[in-house]
Amino acid sequence: MTATYDGNMLAGPLSDVFAVEVTTATACCGGCGRNSTVAELAVYGPGPGLVARCPGCDDVLLRVTRTADSIWLDLAGMASLRLPAAGG
Amino acid sequence: MPIITRGFRGHRSGDDERLPPGQYLTHDFPVLSTGPTPLIPPEEWSFTVTTETGVRHEWSWTDLMTLPAEEVTVDLHCVTRWSKLDTAWRGVSLDVLLEDVETVADYALVHSHGGYTTNLPLEDLLDGQAWVAFEYDGDALTSEHGGPARLLVPHLYLWKSAKWVRGIDLLLEDDPGFWEQLGYHEYGDPWREQRYQGD
Ligand SMILES: [Zn+2]
Repeated sequence: MTATYDGNMLAGPLSDVFAVEVTTATACCGGCGRNSTVAELAVYGPGPGLVARCPGCDDVLLRVTRTADSIWLDLAGMASLRLPAAGG
Repeated sequence: MPIITRGFRGHRSGDDERLPPGQYLTHDFPVLSTGPTPLIPPEEWSFTVTTETGVRHEWSWTDLMTLPAEEVTVDLHCVTRWSKLDTAWRGVSLDVLLEDVETVADYALVHSHGGYTTNLPLEDLLDGQAWVAFEYDGDALTSEHGGPARLLVPHLYLWKSAKWVRGIDLLLEDDPGFWEQLGYHEYGDPWREQRYQGD
């Protein structure tokens, strides 16, 4: 099975978390070092949560769930996430 | 007149009583996935139980096929709110697999090919409550549903029934799995609607 979605589908769920447009952010994979825009990630889900994987090595880069009163975000698979700064 | 009273409860088929709170009935078998579907030839599949002292018990596919298998018909309840009734499986009970495993562990952490994990109390794997299942509805279990073999623990939400199961660590302390780390309930009883931490 190929990925259910690409990273563009993270825009909605992550709009409650990030103040900037996250799909153009650059994620550096902690496993293989590849830089990908969030839009390029391979996203599986949507339930029980969304899992975004590196298009290079399939490692998990991001997970997000929404429970009754919380949004849970895991970015532990990334070496970094570079976000566009306002006016930058 | 208890028999007559029961007849006036208004359930056409009795299905409603078999649906835990917040669930709806489906006749499909939705596929939920956290990553690419692993394609594991049975001859490369194995199942390993590792105790809290590090003792390993391993079964190959051939070993699994020589063990006594059971046919079970169970209801499935997914935390994404669908339930599917009367699903037919064939598999080896964890009672058989754990029979000769010496342990004082209270917890189990289940591992799958592809990196998925899920945790549950060891006692929920015993006493006819859990199987390593390799047939669904009379056919070999397809890879999209977890074949060649998956865990089947139908009394808990389906995320505990790890697809592509490859082993179980027996632990003295609970260790949260893939979804349990991210807000999902450590136990996940559908009848108590234990979806999220704190439910
Ligand atoms: Zn990578």
